[in-house]
Amino acid sequence: MTDQVQEAAGNGWQSEKFIKNLAKRKRAERRFRLTGLLAILTALTLLGILLFSIVSKGHSAFIQTTITLDITFAESVIDPNGNRDAAELRGANYAKLVQDALREKFPDVKGRRDLRKLFSLISNDADSALREMVENDPDLIGKTVPVALVAGDDVDMLKKGYIDRSLAEDDRRVKDQELAWLDVLEAEGDIETRFNSGFFTNGDSREPEKAGIAGAMVGSFYTLIVTMLISFPIGVMTAIYLEEFATKNKLTDLIEVNINNLAAVPSIVFGLLGLAIFLNFAHLPRSAPIVGGLTLALMTLPTIIIAARAAIRAVPDSIRQAALGLGASNQQAAFHHILPLSMPGILTGTIIGLSQALGETAPLLMIGMVAFIADIPGGFSDPATVMPVQIFLWADSPERAFVEKTSGAIMVLLGFLIIMNAFAIVLRKKFERRW
Amino acid sequence: MNSGHIVKSFDEELEEVRNTIVEMGGLAETQLEAAVRSLTERNTELALKTIEGDKAVDELELAIDNMSIRLLALRNPVADDLRLVISALKIASLLERVADYAANISKRVIALNTAPTIAPISSIPRMGEMVRRMIDDTLKAYTNGDSDLAYDVWKRDQDVDQLYNSMFRELLTFMMEDPRSITSCTHLIFMAKNIERIGDHMTNIAEIIIYQVTGEMPKEPRPKGDKTSVTMIDNETP
Amino acid sequence: MLTQAEANVENGPDTGNGVIISTRDVNVYYGDNHALQGVSLDINKHQVTSLIGPSGCGKSTYLRCLNRMNDTVDSCRVTGEILLDGVDIYGPSVDEVLLRARVGMVFQKPNPFPKSIYDNVAYGPRIHGLADNKDDLDEMVLTSLEKAGLIKEVQDRLHSSGTGLSGGQQQRLCIARALAVRPDIILMDEPCSALDPIATAKVEELIDELKENYTIIIVTHSMQQAARISQRTAFFHLGEIVETGDTEKLFTSPSDKRTQGYITGRFG
Repeated sequence: MTDQVQEAAGNGWQSEKFIKNLAKRKRAERRFRLTGLLAILTALTLLGILLFSIVSKGHSAFIQTTITLDITFAESVIDPNGNRDAAELRGANYAKLVQDALREKFPDVKGRRDLRKLFSLISNDADSALREMVENDPDLIGKTVPVALVAGDDVDMLKKGYIDRSLAEDDRRVKDQELAWLDVLEAEGDIETRFNSGFFTNGDSREPEKAGIAGAMVGSFYTLIVTMLISFPIGVMTAIYLEEFATKNKLTDLIEVNINNLAAVPSIVFGLLGLAIFLNFAHLPRSAPIVGGLTLALMTLPTIIIAARAAIRAVPDSIRQAALGLGASNQQAAFHHILPLSMPGILTGTIIGLSQALGETAPLLMIGMVAFIADIPGGFSDPATVMPVQIFLWADSPERAFVEKTSGAIMVLLGFLIIMNAFAIVLRKKFERRW
Repeated sequence: MNSGHIVKSFDEELEEVRNTIVEMGGLAETQLEAAVRSLTERNTELALKTIEGDKAVDELELAIDNMSIRLLALRNPVADDLRLVISALKIASLLERVADYAANISKRVIALNTAPTIAPISSIPRMGEMVRRMIDDTLKAYTNGDSDLAYDVWKRDQDVDQLYNSMFRELLTFMMEDPRSITSCTHLIFMAKNIERIGDHMTNIAEIIIYQVTGEMPKEPRPKGDKTSVTMIDNETP
Repeated sequence: MLTQAEANVENGPDTGNGVIISTRDVNVYYGDNHALQGVSLDINKHQVTSLIGPSGCGKSTYLRCLNRMNDTVDSCRVTGEILLDGVDIYGPSVDEVLLRARVGMVFQKPNPFPKSIYDNVAYGPRIHGLADNKDDLDEMVLTSLEKAGLIKEVQDRLHSSGTGLSGGQQQRLCIARALAVRPDIILMDEPCSALDPIATAKVEELIDELKENYTIIIVTHSMQQAARISQRTAFFHLGEIVETGDTEKLFTSPSDKRTQGYITGRFG
């Protein structure tokens, strides 16, 4: 006994060697923690830079510049025959009303070129807003009303500060003459900025001030519906069959390996597959959400199958045995117990798979969903585009004003992804079970 | 015996019980031997010492009781372990009785020593030696777990009984011939009875050993040789 | 193998209660692993039979043969004869789903469904269509809970979750759940290994009461438990039955050296 104590003092846990070793271990641990912290900080910084650059560029997409003009709804222009015929009202030259109002505001401006410049202050889409006003309220005809009209994209850019007044005139998109007019309007308080609701309600357009993401959002919605309707039931049934019913043999092993491989196949390959099967073979409509949805379903299936299998496997065997031990058939055990218990996990996996599909571009490029489509799609077979493709299209457009649109659309897309993922987390937290 | 228990301290405790039994048996044997010797040597001092020695045996019995209870409570012994512990309890109490008989013989020796020697004493040592060998063999059987030897001891009790019978008759005749010797002879009869009882206890212990080793009691009826309870001297019967 | 089978038949059960399950020369293979080797054993009606032996000796495998739970393991193959009331349960006329209703099972870890106490017990009658109406089902649930000695503890909260009960209560709930499908035989696979001593005592008391109406076969690692609750004990070792006999005899004077070594803690 005493020998051991002495030994411990000399050679054991109080010896110099031991203390040195301990200090070394502690140093190593501190180093490791520091490295980890550094990694996290780096990741957060990069993410922060990304978000900052998107938000700082994109926030202005939600704001729009308007110019208020006194519009005279002259009967001679809108309804020369005076019979208030709806077709006639729709076909009238509302652009002339805007032009007249501008001429009145700046009577000095003469000459075709100058006039055209003057008219370009206002978006050439302004006439449709006036038309809408008249159709809603024909009594406006003959009256003079101040109307806030959407400004042209150059004015918008200038107002948002993207065009530098101090540059030489030749390097500037907005010339001195236009600046002078704008200053007059500004001085009279006619130029305002307001929330750009059109961004969420309009379809795509060649005119930046008119372009919105509603078409892409609806397209994404239809596409995802198709994706979910196809991939969720197939994925879940596949997972249940493989986990609960299939005998484990070479064939099921092969299937399992292939499913895992499919999850890693580049998405563009699925696009090619979709092109070959759905368009060239099945002759489904090009650019339609149904084809996009089917293609994305192919891509999402492995993700859902893998997630569902993991969720099913996480259900303890004891539950399965309890059910079987009571005389439940395999199918009863699977559908009464295993599936309900694994549903939160399956849903989480599905949502993550769908949000992946929501952000997917490449396969959709292959099946023609990259076309310019100004109309908001009304069904599964209408030509449509989706949000990430819209972002891709806008990012490709030359106008300065599309830069903010691109970032704005990215923000909207990120918002949807965050909402979907948050939903997945809530589901998981809510139904998480301890066995 | 099997190899040892996985829990070694259990083995040690069982071994301790076994050793204590053997020690106690050895002590009892010595007590008997000393008691008989004190008779043949008319050694009152040795007899006193023997009486005194009984305490040590009592203490050992107590120790075995305590160890057994502890084992039962803490180790939950089963099968042969259980049999060993239960046997130890029983054997200890029997050995304690054996030592008591030895002490009783010594007491009678002290009484006898106050009277003149009488002739029939000589058969007591013979009986004593016979029973002492039984004790010895019982202990050997116990130590080695030898049920055959135990069975042998078990059968040998008959011889003791026969010797006792003849001695009983001899003493009765002696008393009838010489009424002055009645006191001494009565003491001698009791001594012989004590020794015979010790032999009976050895039979019991042998049975216990057989049970402990094989898990079964001897099937045949116990051999009985003691006929003194029905013995009458011829000339008394009408 | 044959000699062993004969030996077991020879020191077979006292026929006072009659044999309900009779197994002859049962072999179980998991792939190449010969897990049970020629096991022959008779189980008496309305008695508790305990199966003891070191881990991996095949006692659980044997238990799972009796209600064909081994069928759920793909690589498992069973040969030999297992007669339940004279009918081979691996025969073509026996459906394993109905067999499992007749031969209930209670598992090592309490495994109530994460549903209400009521639904746990009602599940069996529901899938087998035992109850004609709601009142019938209520009656069945309450009777089963009462038989399992749980009714007093849970009657106020029949509709709260079964997983909210204590471990011992959960295990008795599982027993109630098994009783609800009216089995003849209840298999218990180490039912007390996850329970504290008091909960264990309650389950043991329950088993003792249940043997009046049910035949119980219990696998246990606790030799004391086997000794306390069973009338007969079978000792398994390395996939074979080494010794079968009355529990009392087996625990006081086993006839096989291996049994003795195992129950006294000399090997394992």
